Amino acid sequence: MDLNMKVLVVDDFATMRRIVKGVLKELGFKNVIEAENGKAALSELKKEEIGLVISDWNMPEMTGIDLLKAVRANDQYKELPFIMVTAEGQKNNVIEAVKAGVTNYIVKPFTPETLRQKLEAVFN
Amino acid sequence: MDVKLVNPFIEGAINVLRTMASVEASPGKPYLKRDQKATGDVSAVIGLTGEASGTISISFPEKSITAIVSRMFGEEITKLDGEVSDAVGEIANMISGQARRELEKMGKLIHGAIPSVIVGKNHEVRHISNHPIIAVPFETEDGGFTIEVCMEN
Repeated sequence: MDLNMKVLVVDDFATMRRIVKGVLKELGFKNVIEAENGKAALSELKKEEIGLVISDWNMPEMTGIDLLKAVRANDQYKELPFIMVTAEGQKNNVIEAVKAGVTNYIVKPFTPETLRQKLEAVFN
Repeated sequence: MDVKLVNPFIEGAINVLRTMASVEASPGKPYLKRDQKATGDVSAVIGLTGEASGTISISFPEKSITAIVSRMFGEEITKLDGEVSDAVGEIANMISGQARRELEKMGKLIHGAIPSVIVGKNHEVRHISNHPIIAVPFETEDGGFTIEVCMEN
């Protein structure tokens, strides 16, 4: 895992961005940036070279699933690791995310250990 | 309203606070709530639609929510500010998500809207439908909070 990569954390709730950022910092990630919805995340992707996206599902303006679809529609981001961290854990949500090309899926509430394990699964 | 629909929200509240804040919450006896007065100083309300519809809310007094958010963030929070009200919305969102996963296992597919948060002494929580409101009080070592569930089958 390259701890210098830029990680984009997308969530409409500052609380969850703060919690995810805190766990990433504890794991040694040095470059964590934030966006509060899918639309803002897409403009960050245009500006920065992002190595990992961690996104919520249910957000105003542009949801996490729409962000994932937009990301995968761009050849440049076909392989970009994309983890969905969401309270939306119903079967149809998970199936839709897998079909859209999600790399891994975390259902809220989650422990820091769960996030660490999923990151290891993505990068190792 | 089928009271079985309330249990997933009780379990959700216990699990979310345990996982995200290491807070043990004990549910008290549910009661029928007949007014719109919030039991706390900050509340989050979520609309539910699908195979059952209605609203759920969670309401915290300032003392208990500042203690809970302090544990979530790992630093002392003393005021009910924007950060705390944002956290209340996210707590409600996670409780709603967990409860809806359980309700799906009971055969009810339900969608949850983005939470609305209301802050202030003596504010009101308006549930959308005219169905009975079941309130469940909880206790934690830092004080109480209340969940309200108002759903039609």
